Amino acid sequence: MFSSPEEEIYQEHILEHYEEPYHRGHCPRATHAHEDDNPLCGDFIHVELHIDPQGVVREAYFDGEGCCISQAAASMLMEAVEGKTVEEVEQFRAEDMLRLFGVRLTPNRQKCCLLSWKVLQQALYSPLEKKPQDDSPQQQAAAPEPPAEDTP
Amino acid sequence: MSTAETVPLDPQQVRQDFPILHRTVHEQYPLVYLDNAATTQRPRQVIQSIVQTSEQHYANVHRGIHTLSEQSTDLYESARQKVQRFINAARPEEIIFTRGTTESINLVARSWGDANTGPGDEILLTEMEHHANLVPWHQLAARTGVKLRFIPLREDGQLDLDRLEDLLTDRTRLVAVSAMSNVLGTVPPLERIVQAARSTGALVLVDAAQWVPHRPTDVQAWDVDFLAFSGHKMLGPSGVGVLYGRRELLGQMPPFLGGGGMIRRVTLEGFEPADIPARFEAGTPPIVAAIGLGEAIDYLSRFSWEDIHAHELRLTRLAHELLGEIPGLRILGPEPEHKGGIVSFVFERIHAHDVAYLLDRRGVAVRAGHHCAMPLHKRFGVGASTRASFYLYNTEEEVHRLAEALDQVRQFFRQ
Repeated sequence: MFSSPEEEIYQEHILEHYEEPYHRGHCPRATHAHEDDNPLCGDFIHVELHIDPQGVVREAYFDGEGCCISQAAASMLMEAVEGKTVEEVEQFRAEDMLRLFGVRLTPNRQKCCLLSWKVLQQALYSPLEKKPQDDSPQQQAAAPEPPAEDTP
Repeated sequence: MSTAETVPLDPQQVRQDFPILHRTVHEQYPLVYLDNAATTQRPRQVIQSIVQTSEQHYANVHRGIHTLSEQSTDLYESARQKVQRFINAARPEEIIFTRGTTESINLVARSWGDANTGPGDEILLTEMEHHANLVPWHQLAARTGVKLRFIPLREDGQLDLDRLEDLLTDRTRLVAVSAMSNVLGTVPPLERIVQAARSTGALVLVDAAQWVPHRPTDVQAWDVDFLAFSGHKMLGPSGVGVLYGRRELLGQMPPFLGGGGMIRRVTLEGFEPADIPARFEAGTPPIVAAIGLGEAIDYLSRFSWEDIHAHELRLTRLAHELLGEIPGLRILGPEPEHKGGIVSFVFERIHAHDVAYLLDRRGVAVRAGHHCAMPLHKRFGVGASTRASFYLYNTEEEVHRLAEALDQVRQFFRQ
């Protein structure tokens, strides 16, 4: 089995995040969202944030596909940024992300680890288009999600 | 084709010629090199050729009057003749040395394509092409307005030729198709495609990068117009490749790159291009690499194609059998009988990079990713796959080690 020290990038806490990720899915009250991929390996990460009017990241969700490193890193990052202000998240640099991940990675695998961090940084500046209050009924019906609460 | 005597293929014996196959990886694991579709290793004979040319004969070709230049030129031109015989071209000047398959195809797209295509014309490709046989045509389409069409892939990884007659029309100027898919190993029915192309007057270009190292090539019997391949996938050095082109076509094509070596004479007002093959070999060519490729051809020619094919088929069948038993693992593409020695696969819930990383930790070198064939992966609805590819020096024991390591990967991710 793979138990030698070389395999330490797949440590228990990383496998746990990979298998039972934190906040994988849609953020019900998302205000910001961004998505990007790494065309080299096909990994992609989608991030949705709920940022309150005071500039605090209340909720962070991700979705995506990719290797263990990219998905576990995204899970750890979502967990880490909730409750932080936008300024604090901005100041969370690539080095901090690699430190958060906690395992030394080769330059190639660092890209996997940093994908969600890059997407998150962009998401801070990617507000979702506010739906006008007076949306016509047809447009509301065409909106894919979330399903309206008041449907009979 | 060479009719010289061949020796029986004994992989253990062959391995003695490849120093790199005797190294270990991560200190304790003997290397299991299964990334041959990306590039192959070199036998001592090729390495020696590189050393000997460099130590004894090296100078620029077709330039100097001195002894070394003459020796270098002789060796370089003799390599061209070896390539000519190897793929059974009618004449040595039909062999253009390039940097590789990619440059060979770009040469045709730039030179032939720019001069011979325009709006209303079409080029027929397939859904399984390597980016090297896609992007040059995308670029050509942007320059001249030629339209690209694609032969689709069926679910079983074979080309869907049912609609070939619809796709191939009198507007089709060129059919550019791989002789063997670098991902699926698929071997399309080239004869049928060439026949159909001939009936409408389209030219045929074959991307033979994965074919030439493994199966016999006969450009005259195949009746193809262009054929491209690389030295580094057939035991030769990297940095050298070949474009075969029919003499009548090459002779009418404008130069691709401009510079030294490709001209007859130059004035301040312009230039007059040299005859083929020099016309397409601007600048100092990959001299040492081309001579090394000639040596690789000599090495391969010691064995019969039947032996090489039978050996690779045996390994591929074994891989299908062993990998097929691993839960959650799906092999992409056709059955071993209908493809080359390439086995690409996906795990249901384990990413290709994690697979390749953990295999490497056991000394097993495979490729992970999209293998420069993103449209093909999209066709099969997968982002990335893992690929094991075999050559004459691989053994059944190595296939067992691949399978064992893969089962460990599966257990590691608790699948």
